[in-house]
Amino acid sequence: MFRYVLRRLLQAIPTLIGVSIISFFLVNSAPGDPILIRTFDPSITEETREIMRRQLGLDQSLPVQYISWFTGFTVRAGDTVEEFQSETVSCDFVALLNTTFCDTGGGIVRGNLGTSISTNQPVWARLVERMPATFELGVAALLVSLFLGVPLGVLSAVYQGSVFDNVTRFMAVVFNALPAFWFGLMLIFLFGVVLGWLPTGGRQTVSLTNEFDLMDRVRHLILPTLILAFGGIAGISRFMRTETLEVIRTDYIRTAKAKGLAARAVWFVHALRNALIPLMTILGPSIAGVLTGAVITETIFSWPGMGRLTFSAAVQRDYPMVLGAVMFFSVLTIFGNLLSDILYGVVDPRVRLS
Amino acid sequence: MAVNQAQLDSAELAATLAANPQLQRTPQTFWGMAIQSLRRDKLTLISLGFLALMAVLALTAPLLEGAIGIGPNDTNPQNAFAPPYLGPYLQWITGSDPITAPTMLGKSDGIPHWMGTDQLGRDQLVRLLYGGRVSLGIAFIAAAITLLVGVSVGTIAGFSGGLVDDVIIWFINTVVSIPGIYLLIIVTAIFKPNPLTLTLYLGFLGWFGTARLIRGNVFKVRELDFVLAARSIGADKIRIMAQHVIPNSLPIIIVNAAIDIGVLILVESALSFLGLGVQPPTATWGSMLNRANNFLFLRDPTTGSYVALHLLVAPGLLITLTVLALYLIGDGLRDALDPMMKNAR
Repeated sequence: MFRYVLRRLLQAIPTLIGVSIISFFLVNSAPGDPILIRTFDPSITEETREIMRRQLGLDQSLPVQYISWFTGFTVRAGDTVEEFQSETVSCDFVALLNTTFCDTGGGIVRGNLGTSISTNQPVWARLVERMPATFELGVAALLVSLFLGVPLGVLSAVYQGSVFDNVTRFMAVVFNALPAFWFGLMLIFLFGVVLGWLPTGGRQTVSLTNEFDLMDRVRHLILPTLILAFGGIAGISRFMRTETLEVIRTDYIRTAKAKGLAARAVWFVHALRNALIPLMTILGPSIAGVLTGAVITETIFSWPGMGRLTFSAAVQRDYPMVLGAVMFFSVLTIFGNLLSDILYGVVDPRVRLS
Repeated sequence: MAVNQAQLDSAELAATLAANPQLQRTPQTFWGMAIQSLRRDKLTLISLGFLALMAVLALTAPLLEGAIGIGPNDTNPQNAFAPPYLGPYLQWITGSDPITAPTMLGKSDGIPHWMGTDQLGRDQLVRLLYGGRVSLGIAFIAAAITLLVGVSVGTIAGFSGGLVDDVIIWFINTVVSIPGIYLLIIVTAIFKPNPLTLTLYLGFLGWFGTARLIRGNVFKVRELDFVLAARSIGADKIRIMAQHVIPNSLPIIIVNAAIDIGVLILVESALSFLGLGVQPPTATWGSMLNRANNFLFLRDPTTGSYVALHLLVAPGLLITLTVLALYLIGDGLRDALDPMMKNAR
C-alpha cells in the first residue's frame, strides 16, 4: 500500500515540473513590456527602466528567469554582489565560474508563489483570502451532485426502461448541453428578478455590520450551488447508471438472489458497494474540478472566490498572480487525481496489487 | 433448403438463384449495418435534421441580410430593445390588434425586426444567424484540428510504444493537469484573438483527450491478428497505421467528433460571454449574452414588462438545442456503430 502511494507521488513530480514550465513560458511569452506598461510617467528615463528591469531580472533570458522563479536562486554572470545584496537577498560570488548566485528566499519549490502586481500582496495571501468562499461553494456543489446524482443513477438502473429511467436519461443529456452561464442567467431572472425569492448575487447581503446570518448565507448559496452542480448531477447519474447496470448483471449478484438473500441484503451488502467503487475514480477529479472550475459561476453571481480572482488578474495582466494561481490549481488537480487513485486502491484491493 | 456439394458445383445453382430471388442477398458490411440501425433511430435522425437546418441557416445568413436589408452590425440606437415583431405581426394579420405592428414598423424605418432588437438597435434575427455562422464555424474547424492532431499523436504514441509513447503521455498528462478553463483564459486574455486565431487556440489546446482515447484504442487494435498478418507480409509501420489501425478506430473517432463539436460550441460561447473569446461587436451566440446580466433588470416604465427577455432567451436556447442535437447524434452513432449491442441502451 505504502509503495503504491509512494510510486504515485513520485510520478506526480515530473508532472508538476512540466506544469510549471508550460505555465511560465505561456504567461511570459505575452506581448508587451511589463516595465513599460507600469512606467508611463514621462519623467522616468530609459536608464531608470533598464535598472528596474535588471532588479527584477527581466533582462535575462526566459530559461534563466524560469530558474529564478522556480528555485528562488538568481544566477548572473560576473560579480554583482553589491548590486543585489540586501536584507532579504544574500549573494555569493563564485570566482571559479565567474557567476553570482543570489538566494532570494522565495521560489516555487519553497512555496513562495510570488507577489501580485496589482496589490503588491503575496499571491498566496490573496488566494487564501478567497479560499473559504470557493471551498464553501465547491463543497456544497459536490455534496448536491453526489446526493442527487447517485440515487438518480442507481434508481435509473434498477427501473431500467421505465418512464423514470427515460426521463432521467434525457434530462441528463439536456443538462449536459445547457450552457452553465445561460442557465445561471435564466435562473437569476426567474428566481431573483421576477419572483424575487432568491438574491441575485454575492455571498451575503451587503450591510454595515457584516455579521454572520446563516439563513442569509444559505439563500445566497442556493443558486450558485445549483448552477455549479447541475452538470455534475447529470454526469454522475449517467455514470452510476452504467455502473449499477454492470453490477446487476454479474454472477455474484445472481448467486446472491438465488441464495434467497433479502432484497435489502443483496442491494446494500453486495450491489451498491461494488457499484460505488468506480465512483472513486471520478471523485478526485470532481473535487479538483469544482474547486478550480467555478470561474463562470463565480462571475455570474459575483461570488468572491478564487476563480473570479484569477480571471480578473488575467484580464489585468497581473502575471505573477495568474501564474501563482494556476500553479496552485494544478497542484490541487494533481493531488485530486492522486487522492482518487489512492482511494480506489484502498477500496479495491485488486487495483493496488496489480 | 439443403444444398449438397453437387448442387453447389453445377450450373443449376445459377438457375436456382434466379428462381428464388430471396436467396440473392448482398453481403452485409459493418457500415451497412450501421446505416441500417441509424435509419431506425428516430431521435438521431431528428437531431441530424436539426443540425442540417442550423448549418443551412448559418450558411445562408448573407442571403437573409440581403432580403431584409440590414446587417448584423447596423445600429439604430433610437430603436433599442424593440420587442419581437412576430407576435404583433400575427395579431395585425388576424385583425385582433391593428395598431401595434404598424407603430413598430414606423419606429424602425419600415424594417420589421422579427426577433426584436438589442441595446444598440441591431436586428436580433440577423445577429443570431451570423452568430450561428461564427459559432458553428469555429466549433467545426476547431474540432477538425483537434481530430487531426489528436488522432495522429494518439496513433503514433500507441503504435510506437517505448520512449516515444512515454514522452507523449507525460506531455499530455502534464497539460491536462492545468485546469482547461485557466489555460484558455490565459491564452485568450494575453493574446487577444479574432475568430480565426480563437479557432486555432481551441483546436491546438483541445486535442489531448482525443489523443489519449485514440491511444487506448490503438493499444487494442494493434494486438489483433490482421495487424500481425500485415506486418508479416512486410508492411511498414506507416502503412499499417494508415490502412489498418486508423480505419478500425473510426467508430470512436466519429462519435468523439460529434461530442467534441458540441463541447467546443459550449466552450467558445462561455469564453465569448466572459469577453475573452470573440470580441464584440462580432456576433456569436455567446458574445450576444456578454453584458446580459446588466439587462436582466430592465423594465419598460409604461407596461412593466421585462424588456430584454427576448435578448436573453434566444441565443442560449439555440446553443442548448444545437449542442443537444450533437450529443444525441453522438449517442446515436455510438449505438449504431457498436456491433456488440449490449442491452444496456
